[in-house]
Amino acid sequence: MKAVAFAYARATSVVNALELLAAHGDKAKVLSGGQSLMPAMNLRLLSPDILIDIGGLAELRGIAVRGDVLVVGALTRHVDLLGSPEIALHAPLLRDAVAHVAHPAIRNRGTIGGSLAHADPASELPACVLALDATIVVRGPAGERRIAATEFFKGIYETALSPDELLVAVEVPVAGQGTAFFFQEYARRHGDYAIVGLAACAVVAASSFSDLRLGFFAVGDRPVLAAAAGKLINASVTPALLAEATAALADELDPQEDQQATAAMRRHLAAALLRRCAAALLARPELEKGATR
Amino acid sequence: MTVTRPPAGMLSVLDRPNSYIGKTVPRPNLDRLLQGRGQYVSDLELPRMAHVVFLRSPYAHAKIVAIDADVAKRMSGVISIVTGRELEAVITPWVGVLSHLKGLKSAPQHAIAVDRACWQGEAVAAIVATSRAAAEDAMEHISVDYEELEAVTDMRTALDPATHVIHPSLGDNLAFERTLNAGDVDHALLGSEVVEADFVFGRHTGVTLEPRAVVADWSAAEGRLTIYQGTQAPHMVQNIAALHLGLREAQVRVICKDVGGSFGIKVHIYADEMATYALSKLLRRPIKFVADRVESFNTDIHARDHRCRGRIGVRPDGTITAFEIDDLTGIGPYSMYPRTSAIEANQVVNLVGGPYLTPNYRARARVVFQNKNVMCQYRAVGHPIACSVTEGLVDLAAARIGMDPVEIRRRNLIADDAYPCASPSGMKFEQLSHHASLAKLLQMMDYDALRAEQAALRAKNVHRGIGIASFIEVTNPSAAFYGVGGAKISSQDGVAVRLDAQGSVICQTSITEQGQGSESLTAQIVGSVLGVSMDRVRVTLGDTDNTPYGGGTWASRGAGIGGEAALQAAKALRQNILDVAAAILQSTPAELDIVTNSIINAGDGAPRMELNELARIVYFRPDTLPPGIQPELMATRHFVPRQYPFAFTNGIQASWLEIDTDTGFVTLLKHWVVEDCGTIINPQLVDEQIRGGVVQGLGAALFEKCIYDERGQLTNANMADYLVPMSGEMPDIDIGHVVSPTRESELGAKGAGEAGTAGAAAAVANAVNDALRPFGTKITEIPLTPQVILTALGRI
Ligand SMILES: Cc1cc2nc3c(=O)[nH]c(=O)nc-3n(C[C@H](O)[C@H](O)[C@H](O)COP(=O)(O)OP(=O)(O)OC[C@H]3O[C@@H](n4cnc5c(N)ncnc54)[C@H](O)[C@@H]3O)c2cc1C
Repeated sequence: MKAVAFAYARATSVVNALELLAAHGDKAKVLSGGQSLMPAMNLRLLSPDILIDIGGLAELRGIAVRGDVLVVGALTRHVDLLGSPEIALHAPLLRDAVAHVAHPAIRNRGTIGGSLAHADPASELPACVLALDATIVVRGPAGERRIAATEFFKGIYETALSPDELLVAVEVPVAGQGTAFFFQEYARRHGDYAIVGLAACAVVAASSFSDLRLGFFAVGDRPVLAAAAGKLINASVTPALLAEATAALADELDPQEDQQATAAMRRHLAAALLRRCAAALLARPELEKGATR
Repeated sequence: MTVTRPPAGMLSVLDRPNSYIGKTVPRPNLDRLLQGRGQYVSDLELPRMAHVVFLRSPYAHAKIVAIDADVAKRMSGVISIVTGRELEAVITPWVGVLSHLKGLKSAPQHAIAVDRACWQGEAVAAIVATSRAAAEDAMEHISVDYEELEAVTDMRTALDPATHVIHPSLGDNLAFERTLNAGDVDHALLGSEVVEADFVFGRHTGVTLEPRAVVADWSAAEGRLTIYQGTQAPHMVQNIAALHLGLREAQVRVICKDVGGSFGIKVHIYADEMATYALSKLLRRPIKFVADRVESFNTDIHARDHRCRGRIGVRPDGTITAFEIDDLTGIGPYSMYPRTSAIEANQVVNLVGGPYLTPNYRARARVVFQNKNVMCQYRAVGHPIACSVTEGLVDLAAARIGMDPVEIRRRNLIADDAYPCASPSGMKFEQLSHHASLAKLLQMMDYDALRAEQAALRAKNVHRGIGIASFIEVTNPSAAFYGVGGAKISSQDGVAVRLDAQGSVICQTSITEQGQGSESLTAQIVGSVLGVSMDRVRVTLGDTDNTPYGGGTWASRGAGIGGEAALQAAKALRQNILDVAAAILQSTPAELDIVTNSIINAGDGAPRMELNELARIVYFRPDTLPPGIQPELMATRHFVPRQYPFAFTNGIQASWLEIDTDTGFVTLLKHWVVEDCGTIINPQLVDEQIRGGVVQGLGAALFEKCIYDERGQLTNANMADYLVPMSGEMPDIDIGHVVSPTRESELGAKGAGEAGTAGAAAAVANAVNDALRPFGTKITEIPLTPQVILTALGRI
């Protein structure tokens, strides 16, 4: 488990990183926290010729509020999301989610940019940015592109990023009045990738949802913004309606089977999460049991 | 040696002033390890040392048609590429059988596969290079022409006539079969309710923090091979290496410093380690092999892959009338060397029903070959299987007749005053304490209150369960384990103790340390018996040149056997010291004692002379001693149990857990253990051994499983997919003790290292079934994954 020999360049600026990427094309890999890239290289699943280390780029760090947008730099580490007052105030979903990502040693290094660019369908943060309706900011040779989170994830480890682009930041709309969040996942052990998880963002008014965005993860080849949420918006949520929504959810999801769970089990757990989410956000515990059983 | 214990009420050699026995004292090696000054083989560097990496078969079963290493041989850093055929010139193959396991057969196994690979992961070629990375680079350029053969993977069909025979010379895929018939099972079952179940266990492995590691250094000048290895049994390694390399044992020295965990994984002889010794001899330079994590999963022995059909007979009054089992296990393509892969199944037969009174017991165990990684002895060998089957059946029987699980045990556990006695399988019990342990457990867990809580929560749709498991455990094995079968695996151990010139003590023991505290227990015993403070006792272990000959540390034998040798050696040295002291002080040995590094008057405690002064006289001014006195400030003693083949211990565990019936997830809330290991030398070490063992058992219950596909590919050979238990999921584990010392030794210690593992999974499985009772499900399969539970509940 030793990586194939590779060259290493420490980028001095975003511009420099982009130059290096342009020069080496898909023979290069960006190194951020290294928590996904290095294991893959040690297992020889990946063998880039050169690593471009962006770890020293201050321009990619930091969390700031600009108007009604929270800007999170690509190099923001998981541990920073956990501790940041801005995140706690404006996007607590990220804080709640990141508590489920791996373990402290990994959270001390792993970055939000790396997590999104890596696009593991079982990852927490990609589902969160879907639920939060965030925008992914990328820079390439032709300048800056802004990609809606819903357009960013293309498949297992696949995104809208091209090899010569750098993910530089994530923009999250600041949470407004009545916005509520829910995060829960089922994982065999604390810190494991989830079997199924849900990151949800809702606007609750008068005991019903005036908006509901359900970001499911580990249910397919990419995070899924469930259309089934539509059934619960601006409606009186009864156990029967919830059952209808969970049935629609089961149809909509196309989960894979792996060693932890069959597709049927993933659908079952996704439905349980949806019930728990509705029960929690509407503060109606009786909804959790559902009408199914 | 004859051993006498003082009659009850009298002080023993251990009940001395300032005794360390029964006290939690920090282990002497703690600071060294915590300050990063451990000496692990993985970190060892020697001049001219090269690294070996093994190219391993990607197929479960394949003919090796040709190996082309021409390109790889010319790559930078590559020293040599060696095939099995080439290595055969230096090392002979072996067959993992023992004569007391009648009928056990296996085929010759080579250090590197010759012509044919029999499991995915078997080494096919060795790449020796200046670094591991260079060797891995070269490995990618070796091309092997394989012809895939039919793989035998399902143990249930391994014996079918239509199934391919892995080793045609053996005639079939049956490695070993044992049957046992005690009492009259058929008659006993006639008037009984009979409950039956199939118990299925996941194959798992030890996952040591430090993988297997060896540096072999052949010195042609000396004609000597030095093996630095993380092993539990240095003298066994010496014997086997010499045997197969054509050397005398004196030409092999095995050095074992710190070991990053073993759990039984490192008590075997692995083909790749043998290849490393042979490569050093062939290439005349030090060679290092450190398994990486993927190799560890594919080649460290696996264990516990059993399917066992069990039956129990019970009468309405709760009397258990009989046990019957039919056990099947698949061990991979070879019986492991030299301890064999039949021991686990053999233990299952020995142990099922062991805590209980019924004399009626029938068993069959079959051990079959497969094209998967080899299975062999891993912590608590066979115990978790036997305990899960026995205790699972007892709970099913209780449920059948509507009796509380505690009550059925109370009525059937062997009485505490019934000893000595024997089990239906012939196991001899000197003194067990099932009832005292049960009583203590119930009190610790407040059983009645817990049952009330369970009932109250059930009404609120919260499903909690209580599971109980009694167990017996084999410890302190005599020669009955391996020696009688012809293996050169010593069951005796020796300790040498000597007083140095400043009154400190140097002690060499043949038991080994892999983290369980062998060094500490030796120092505690020697310090206590001699009257020397522990900081003045230095313990040396793990060096065949520099310790007495002995077995090492496995099968919960270190404290009971090595500890007794330490006690006897220290007693002898003490006597020698007192003889000299008496001569110097013009007194008699009986009038003197040694307390806290000084000779004192036994009668009034008055100090007479410090030990360092005595040592100074003996070593530097012997001319001042009375004529005729020749001091011997060194003593050596050995010990082996002779009266009982094993010192059985016993204990009981309980689990309290909650199941989310919507998701199938189990939350462990609490775990209790009461166990009886006889004399407790260091309570903290014993408790932590038990806790660690319990955690391994909980891993088996909920998480761990080597998942093979139907082609014999191990599909989760990494730490992300093979789930070891982690602290986040572990409950608090409360431990209590009952103490029944063995009278075979003056120390009275039995083993404690495997007790936790023996019963933890059984307790959890019983608790899961207890929690799910309202749903009418019955699960007798581990690991109890959410998928298994949801399926049983009919939710998916
Ligand atoms: C034991 C363990 C457990 C884990 N558990 C979880 C878990 O439960 N949930 C979870 O979500 N993650 C988990 N992770 C992964 C962890 O969260 C990683 O930090 C994250 O996936 C990647 O972030 P990184 O900064 O380490 O990226 P790196 O490993 O440095 O890079 C990952 C990929 O993204 C690319 N990349 C990185 N940054 C950029 C950028 N700015 N622009 C363009 N491309 C970029 C890299 O080239 C690479 O291909 C775990 C990791 C480990 C080792």
